[in-house]
Amino acid sequence: MSGGHVLERAAGVPAEGPLAEALATRARLMELTEASHEAALMPAEPGGLPHDLRAALACRMTRIAGTAALADHYAAMAPGHPLASPDAAGSDAREAAILAYVDKVTRSPRDATPDDIDALRDGGVAEGDIVRLAGLVAFVNYQLRVAVVLDALGEGA
Amino acid sequence: MSRVVRKFTTKVPTWKPHVTPLKMEEASEDQRAALRETPSNTKVSDYVLVLAHDPQALGARTPLFNGIMYDAGGLSRAERELGAVAASFVNRCIYCAAVHASRYNQITGEEETMQKVFFDGAQADLDPRARAILEFGVKLSQCPPEIGAEDIAALRAQGLDTQEILDLTLSTALFGWANRLMHTLGEPVA
Repeated sequence: MSGGHVLERAAGVPAEGPLAEALATRARLMELTEASHEAALMPAEPGGLPHDLRAALACRMTRIAGTAALADHYAAMAPGHPLASPDAAGSDAREAAILAYVDKVTRSPRDATPDDIDALRDGGVAEGDIVRLAGLVAFVNYQLRVAVVLDALGEGA
Repeated sequence: MSRVVRKFTTKVPTWKPHVTPLKMEEASEDQRAALRETPSNTKVSDYVLVLAHDPQALGARTPLFNGIMYDAGGLSRAERELGAVAASFVNRCIYCAAVHASRYNQITGEEETMQKVFFDGAQADLDPRARAILEFGVKLSQCPPEIGAEDIAALRAQGLDTQEILDLTLSTALFGWANRLMHTLGEPVA
């Protein structure tokens, strides 16, 4: 089946049954989800956000959201990275600005304001990297929600 | 054209970016390829031109977005829009809520459901199936998203099968994604 994808693997999706069939119906969408994981975590052109930082931030977000299997997946992609813990602070102004955005937009995007983007700029995050960071945060918050439901659906299958 | 829209509405506002949109004449080959994924019959929006700073992400996102909302089978179009609105309500993305509430209204031919959702959120007095979908969408959109066996059972009790639950999850989670871009990289103005 689609056992090669990060999301289905992390959610421990059963190989057969109604959930496996439903995912097979949406196989193209699960492929595009995997391609989006690649684009968010391991892009060919990472800009000012290297792969290990992306994985550490994804680990941090999945820990904030309490999705343990995805957190393990991301922890393995950035072993020992200091920013992977939700309690860790940045070591300079740029890191601090990045963490403030990641944490706020993961926990309560409704509270975001234009000041949050200005804070990234003031912290030295380039224009293209603001978009790359927002894309990473947004993708991981999609992925972890799908994982939560796949996990719940798999239990009852 | 400069008043920020802060209340839920079905009148679609203009989206004003906080990040400089890509200039078409400066687009790289990769950026042009990613932009070709968007429908060619409409002008490329500022939103897409902002996202075009990251062409690899945009190139995968556009077909995924369209597929989740429009691919055949499974959950009805209207109920996918309801999941999108539930997420946009929780995340207070006025722009996404306006676009998808108005699509819901177009599909269903009624406006009362969305008026109730905008007023009362998860407590909106809807028919039992719509209410179950809304409650699930709202709960899934919280952080942390705490969905368990009883939440799945509540959907099944209203007749949703596994395919429909998967489709609802995809459309709701997709707006956890879209809201985080729309609501942070720009703002709705009227």
